[in-house]
Amino acid sequence: MPQVTLTVNGKTNTVEVEGRTLLVELLREKLRLTGTHVGCDTSQCGACVVHVDGESVKACTILALQANGSQVTTIEGLAKPDGTLHPMQEAFREYHALQCGFCTPGMVMSAIDLVQKHPDGLSEKEIREGLEGNLCRCTGYHNIVKAIAAAQDVMHGRAQTLAPAAE
Amino acid sequence: MNVVTPFEGIGASVRRKEDLRFLSGRGQYTDDINRPGQTYAAILRSPHAHARIVSIDTAAAAAMPGVVAVFTGADMPDLGGIPCGWQIHNKDGTPMAEPMHPVLAVGKARFVGDAIAAVIAETRSQAKDAAEAIEVEYEVLPAVATMEAALAPGASRVHDDVAGNVCYDWHIGDKAVNEAAFAKAPKVVEFELVNNRLVPNAMEPRAAIGDYDPTTEDYTLYTTSQNPHVIRLLMGAFVLHLPEHKLRVVAPDVGGGFGSKIFHYAEEAIVTWAAGRVKRPVKWTAERTESFMTDAHGRDHVTKARLAMDADGKFLALHVQTLANMGAYLSTFATSVPTYLYATLLAGVYTTPTVYAEVKAVFTNTVPVDAYRGAGRPEATFLLERLVDVAAAETGMDRIEIRRRNFIPNDAFPYQTPVALQYDSGDYTATLDQALKTADWAGFEARRAEAKARGRLRGIGISTYIEACGIAPSAVVGSLGARAGLYEVGTIRVHPTGSVTVLTGTHSHGQGHETTLAQLVTDRLGVPLSQVDIVHGDTAKIPFGMGTYGSRSLAVGGSAMVKAMDKIVAKARRIAAHLMEASVEDVEFDRGTFRVAGTDKTKSWGEIALTAYVPHNYPIEELEPGLDETAFYDPKNFTYPGGCHICEVEIEPETGITTVVNFTAVDDVGRVINPMIVEGQVQGGVAQGIGQALLESCVYDSEGQLVSASFMDYQMPRANDLPPVSVATHTTLCTHNPLGVKGCGEVGAIGSPPAVINAVVDALKDYGVRHIEMPATAAKVWGIINASRPAMAAE
Repeated sequence: MPQVTLTVNGKTNTVEVEGRTLLVELLREKLRLTGTHVGCDTSQCGACVVHVDGESVKACTILALQANGSQVTTIEGLAKPDGTLHPMQEAFREYHALQCGFCTPGMVMSAIDLVQKHPDGLSEKEIREGLEGNLCRCTGYHNIVKAIAAAQDVMHGRAQTLAPAAE
Repeated sequence: MNVVTPFEGIGASVRRKEDLRFLSGRGQYTDDINRPGQTYAAILRSPHAHARIVSIDTAAAAAMPGVVAVFTGADMPDLGGIPCGWQIHNKDGTPMAEPMHPVLAVGKARFVGDAIAAVIAETRSQAKDAAEAIEVEYEVLPAVATMEAALAPGASRVHDDVAGNVCYDWHIGDKAVNEAAFAKAPKVVEFELVNNRLVPNAMEPRAAIGDYDPTTEDYTLYTTSQNPHVIRLLMGAFVLHLPEHKLRVVAPDVGGGFGSKIFHYAEEAIVTWAAGRVKRPVKWTAERTESFMTDAHGRDHVTKARLAMDADGKFLALHVQTLANMGAYLSTFATSVPTYLYATLLAGVYTTPTVYAEVKAVFTNTVPVDAYRGAGRPEATFLLERLVDVAAAETGMDRIEIRRRNFIPNDAFPYQTPVALQYDSGDYTATLDQALKTADWAGFEARRAEAKARGRLRGIGISTYIEACGIAPSAVVGSLGARAGLYEVGTIRVHPTGSVTVLTGTHSHGQGHETTLAQLVTDRLGVPLSQVDIVHGDTAKIPFGMGTYGSRSLAVGGSAMVKAMDKIVAKARRIAAHLMEASVEDVEFDRGTFRVAGTDKTKSWGEIALTAYVPHNYPIEELEPGLDETAFYDPKNFTYPGGCHICEVEIEPETGITTVVNFTAVDDVGRVINPMIVEGQVQGGVAQGIGQALLESCVYDSEGQLVSASFMDYQMPRANDLPPVSVATHTTLCTHNPLGVKGCGEVGAIGSPPAVINAVVDALKDYGVRHIEMPATAAKVWGIINASRPAMAAE
């Protein structure tokens, strides 16, 4: 069986895979990083989004072999080693942007990439458009949009701390 | 000061305790669990909607690499069928048709996706490869893909023993009184509408792992369920014939349910049974298209209604005839949805003195249909709130005024409807007025004119709804055919240092119970939220429970916890009285402190808890050590949330695209424990309602092929399809549960669809539109506009 070597959340792994093994299968089944989820098989839902070399990628859409030599970040690798959450994780908690939690890892990874690609900031409409690759069935997106809007200010250094959600 | 700081009790928007694990990738959903030595199941499914199974040849599949076993229906002669949990009776008193639902198909396949065979293999890929190598010879039979086809004379029978494909022909209400009212009514409005078939589509696909320990003969099922004890009961007692003490069911983190994970599914029985056969764990996880083909669908009603009115717009009588699709087999609660969860709501918030409803449930060659968020109440609400708008239009009355004129007044509670239910409380005028103000109804015509100047058609729509949830009093539902009690169970386990573990029979799959239920404990016992853990979803840990559906977790499960806490406090007061050498009647308890009334003698919660477990100075003759109580709570009535939803849309005439530009929900969900969570629940429900109204539709072709079987074909609402939703609450308390709560999980999906469609019809009012069926897609709306364009131009 072919081998793939990739760095996931800072740790380098060499794993034997089948040619047809998807990146998400490698992460979930070989590395037991089960925070990355599979919600469809047609690249529609975005529950499997991870970062590959800094870009958001649907991990159900690339073969593990294609990720050979890559730097991969999953939801498990976002928080600092001391447990401090990434501002996007913190914003999702503060703004109640998750309910069942299943779409959440992919949603957070997509949101981070979206914010990073728009250093000048995103409007509500742009955030909604930017989430077109991620499905959530619980929240109606309302609070996800608010969380991303708040997190971007922290991520771009325009705010020191996350703006608290209105009571 | 007995108030916990910061305030974390009832009414606080506490951030959720469960979020950290979900945001860190540490949730444990069923497919995240792996058991040592685990094998994988793949299910071969019927590609035909209706076919006789002539032969199944599994030899080639069994010889494939990694294959451990291949099973068909013939290997399971001793297993029972998948049971239906609610028996409905026909008008003539005879019981409904209840055909056998085998775990794996026997003799015939009855819908596309019906399970034919199961392959167990070392890997998922090997199992799937081998399933493709099974050779099945089918004799394709004519399929009935719609209720109309199923009811046609001479239609092909889904079940050979069910004539006419009718499961039941049921009614409620006084027919004679109803007919008499129509006979003398000055005005009758007639209306027909469809409630479109939906796919619930929780983001987590269903999954199940069966595990078997040959040394103890214990079975464990890990499954994506909203109610593990119910699954243990149904699967153990009826399908696998396993006693409860040998069967553990675990529903770990579950990624959304919306009703679709209430039911006992064949795959649960397959993996559990197969684990016993192959003596290894067996895991099955649905692919998304498999979910579309096998998760129970929702809604799918066709209804004719007549509303009788007097000259002043007062409703005199309502007659409703509904056809309800059951699909090919009866799912767990399928039969109750179009009857006791639908027709009993047809009085709505109105004083209509007589309601008579007839419901015919129909078998078709489609996937089973069962409860989906709201379950029957969205169907009732859509019918009523569309009908009221049509009645207003046809009598020239204002849409708001006709509603006000027919509202059940505040002084009429408790209000007995003509269709069995007794509403305990509500204030429909208050929620209406608040919503009208928030949505600036009065200023709408200016916004319509402004939109018109931009070339857009703007419309506004309203719905004033009620629903019945908090399901349900056991004796009542038992008399109506339910085969289970619907109480709930809570155990409050106070530990020696005073921290608390709650075991609840309800199940959280997004609702935030780990926070909301903990807030109840904090509020009552004064224990900080961080010192309270909620445990759910495991029959080995929780005494019993009926699970989460019908917005029942707080109203029923929370009330059970209150009862258990009452027992805890009563015992703790006796311990405190002993320690303070006072009589128990003189000991007051308020959130964490026991005090001898009128003195400064106090004992803290922690001291009492420790004493209960270290009973050195203890009334041991009168009182057992320990502080751990369980209570069962059986509700006295349903709860009746209600409210008002207002939707404002804009239509682009060139494309027919409808955009929801404003949405206002003012709901009465009873006492609010965590406002942030309530708001989130309503927003999510409204999103599903808007999805139903504008986007979502489950489509079968005439051969019974499921055309909309992926997220490419079934239009789930995405972020850009939805507006920001304004959510507010106006509270009247439930009068019959100790928390005064009503339930908030379903109101969004119940109240919103008619508000959206009423807005679309309003936007199109110049085009002579009386009704538009859901979903009001761009193509449908464009068709209406385009068809009338020449006429409009000629004017």
